[in-house]
Amino acid sequence: MATTEQRPRAIGTRTLRKEDPELITGRSRYVDDIALPGMLWVAVVRSPYAHARINGIDVSRALEAPGVVAAYTGETLPFAAPLFMAWPVNAECKAPPHWPLTKDKARYAGDPVAVVVADSRVAAKDAAELVEVDWEPLPAVTDIKEALADGAPLVYEDLGTNDAGSWIFERDSPAPRRAPTAPYFQDPSLVTVTEEYYLPRLIPNAMEPRGVVVDVNAAQGEYTVYSATQIPHILRTTLVVTCGIPEAKLRVVAPDVGGGFGSKLEQYPEEAICLELAKTLGRPVKWVEERSEGYLATLHGREMYQRIELAATRDGDLKAVRVKLWASMGGYMRLITPGIPMLGAWLYAGCYDPEAYDFEYTNVFTNTTFTDAYRGAGRPEATYAIERAMDALARKLDMDPVALRRRNFIAQDKFPNYTIVSGLTIDSANYEGTLDKCLEMLGYEDVREEQARRRADGSTKVVGVGFSSWLEMCGLAPSRVLSALNYVAGGWDAATVEMLPTGTVRVLTGVSPHGQGEVTTFSQIVADQLGVDVDDVEVLHGDTQVVPFGMDTYGSRGLSVGGVALHAAGEKLIAKARTIAAHQLECAEEDLEFADGDFTVRGTDQSVNIKAVAFAAWTAHDLPPGMEPGLTAGHLYDPPNFSWPNGAHACVVEVDTETGSVAILRYVAVDDCGVRINPMIIEGQVHGGVAQGIAEALFEEARYDEDGNLRQGTMATYMVPGPPEMPSFELGHTVTPSPTNPLGVKGVGEAGTIAAPPAVVNAIVDALTHLGVTTVERPATPERVWRAIQEAQR
Amino acid sequence: MRRITLTVNGVRHEADVDERELLVYVLRERLGLTGTNVGCDTSSCGACTVHLDGQSVKSCTLLAVQADGREVTTIEGLATNGDLHPMQRAFRENHALQCGYCTPGMIMAATSLLAENPHPSEDEIRHGLEGNLCRCTGYHNIVKAVAAVANG
Repeated sequence: MATTEQRPRAIGTRTLRKEDPELITGRSRYVDDIALPGMLWVAVVRSPYAHARINGIDVSRALEAPGVVAAYTGETLPFAAPLFMAWPVNAECKAPPHWPLTKDKARYAGDPVAVVVADSRVAAKDAAELVEVDWEPLPAVTDIKEALADGAPLVYEDLGTNDAGSWIFERDSPAPRRAPTAPYFQDPSLVTVTEEYYLPRLIPNAMEPRGVVVDVNAAQGEYTVYSATQIPHILRTTLVVTCGIPEAKLRVVAPDVGGGFGSKLEQYPEEAICLELAKTLGRPVKWVEERSEGYLATLHGREMYQRIELAATRDGDLKAVRVKLWASMGGYMRLITPGIPMLGAWLYAGCYDPEAYDFEYTNVFTNTTFTDAYRGAGRPEATYAIERAMDALARKLDMDPVALRRRNFIAQDKFPNYTIVSGLTIDSANYEGTLDKCLEMLGYEDVREEQARRRADGSTKVVGVGFSSWLEMCGLAPSRVLSALNYVAGGWDAATVEMLPTGTVRVLTGVSPHGQGEVTTFSQIVADQLGVDVDDVEVLHGDTQVVPFGMDTYGSRGLSVGGVALHAAGEKLIAKARTIAAHQLECAEEDLEFADGDFTVRGTDQSVNIKAVAFAAWTAHDLPPGMEPGLTAGHLYDPPNFSWPNGAHACVVEVDTETGSVAILRYVAVDDCGVRINPMIIEGQVHGGVAQGIAEALFEEARYDEDGNLRQGTMATYMVPGPPEMPSFELGHTVTPSPTNPLGVKGVGEAGTIAAPPAVVNAIVDALTHLGVTTVERPATPERVWRAIQEAQR
Repeated sequence: MRRITLTVNGVRHEADVDERELLVYVLRERLGLTGTNVGCDTSSCGACTVHLDGQSVKSCTLLAVQADGREVTTIEGLATNGDLHPMQRAFRENHALQCGYCTPGMIMAATSLLAENPHPSEDEIRHGLEGNLCRCTGYHNIVKAVAAVANG
């Protein structure tokens, strides 16, 4: 035999990240680190008004400023097409064209109206101050409900309304729900609860601001766009449409990207502007966002009003879930803005199994920064509504919230592949198991005892515990489902695996990691599959010239779509190698076993290693007749289903009833994301997700004043939590493999953000129930908690 | 314009700088030391943290002229003779970074913290790093990495 010892499996190990050496030594390359010869700097002139007509723009003083090369407005810098929006425009999706530079009026504070190009960052910025815009300020509307009122200022006069269209489950869902809910809410034998929540607008705050550099080969009409983006492939396709250049002439590179969380899942005005400027001027250009500029110019998340109604028997059997949302679009619809609430459309019954389901939402334009995907996109909203409402139902029925959840979980024996009330099919899950483990780690009884003790003592520091049993659909997305929802693209992903003549492996992946660690996890997968060392694998990504096909990174799809594509490509590569090995060993392919990199003739000691096969494939001296040289295989994988991770989170808080301040004493998270490729990386994803979820519950909120000025206009006023604001996390897991893919994997990137907000707010309410508190607004700042206590006591 | 002298990572540089030019841009754009990142414009995030005469400072908050005649250490200067600083190793071993953008500043702040307080409690680590923001890790593993270095 060729080997005496089995190579240790890489999958399942805490392999240290291959990404790290550059990042810890300052040798990374983010967009702002790129400087090209002859490069010009771009500064964007933005509207200071939330809503104002443009009566004229004079760039002449800016053009006279030192170092200035050019200045343009929407009239003088024409584009072939508006920015791209991924849903068809119709009566239920009203999306007037969004030009990179607005020509008629500004629809939010920060709307780009002109650009100045100069030979330095400072010169461009100084000259941008000299652009004179003749503004005619208009009344602005920033609140969703006020925007729907009669006589509200219109973001688009031509539409005659700020109602941007609605989505109604029975009309628009390709999967039918089990039954309509109306009869249940008319049934006097059932108990009902109606809960209303406002989910504030959030600013994603990836630590790296956005930036764009465009290089140009004017003679050939070829362009390279370097952008701090999650979606180089989608950006390539959308930019060629907006700027009218042949797709084969545009290369998009996502170099090192410093976090995204959905905020870089976008086609932004500045990306199109920089490409158009490079095209017009024939020189490289660069624009980098300042943070305060980004607060206006980079997408916001969430912001919606929710109404959720539950109907249940007096024993606590959940029978019906009915939901209505009113969601803010902001001033424009960007790439997937109107579809964000839809990503939660099937999930408002959570992990439970009622008989009837209804869901609808109305999209609303306001004079605010456009909203779009922010970590979890639609699914945190759904989880928040159902998990808060389940606690409300438990209070109404005087039941323990854990007992109510347990009673209503989808039964474990329904899996795999159970069609839930909203018509989609869950691959696999472990609701009871994750909750059991969570309770065990928590010591639930002890927490309740502590709570009772403090209440009995009359302490002003009361304790509460909140739960969130969550599920999500991720791994976006089966293309046929996207088709049924009228989305314009597919949800597949691509991978190529090449075994090089020297025995190392090159992997090209169509996903575009920016912190998630797929260079490492994908190397682990390939190492086990091909029987090579993790360090023998190089994973390349984020450059459309290197990896021509891909659908990029968002929606917890990297592993469950991109990783599965990679595995399928690896299987094809092994199949070809097997044919060559059989030729070399003069045996039938069926007689070969493949293990740990060796093809061995069954029952003999004759074997050949895959690296030797790769070399033979490269020399091509002696291949089977008709076989192409080389050992490479590609695969485009279209997932047959979403992946459906789940978990149970518990949060223990201490609330000071005199000040309203909240301290998180413990946070326990038990998640099930299927087979675990690298537990260290999974834990990191959960930590970060939970932290963002806690921040959403306690700290973060972007508000506008009546004139439409963003009140949290800088990082100094928007509360991104620092280390002192966060607890340590206690993590557990169960492993329920997905039956959908051969790796058994599911997504995990958004899990924590989806799970955490209701656990935290439920804990605060739980701490204060003895004072009569039933709800607290988000974020649960000390003032809001204090007010909730005062109002309950009144 | 004004001529200043800076010693950065042990190398002496002279530069003619604009009086309003921030130290971080001199490091990044004149000296090519792009490991130090800019994450905000309000001194909130700490991505630009470097050492000035051994103490951590936010280089986006300091005019370059204020650093005239002084010694600056950036993330590129932390390793010695090709050996990573223990804090760099600990960040990798404890998975204290994901996207890596805050990491140079966080590592510089953390080494400065341990210079002042070699054996901090968890609470002292968290408060010692309060000027540095990370959006990926939830800080859990950053705290672990700093504690690992402190505990040898």
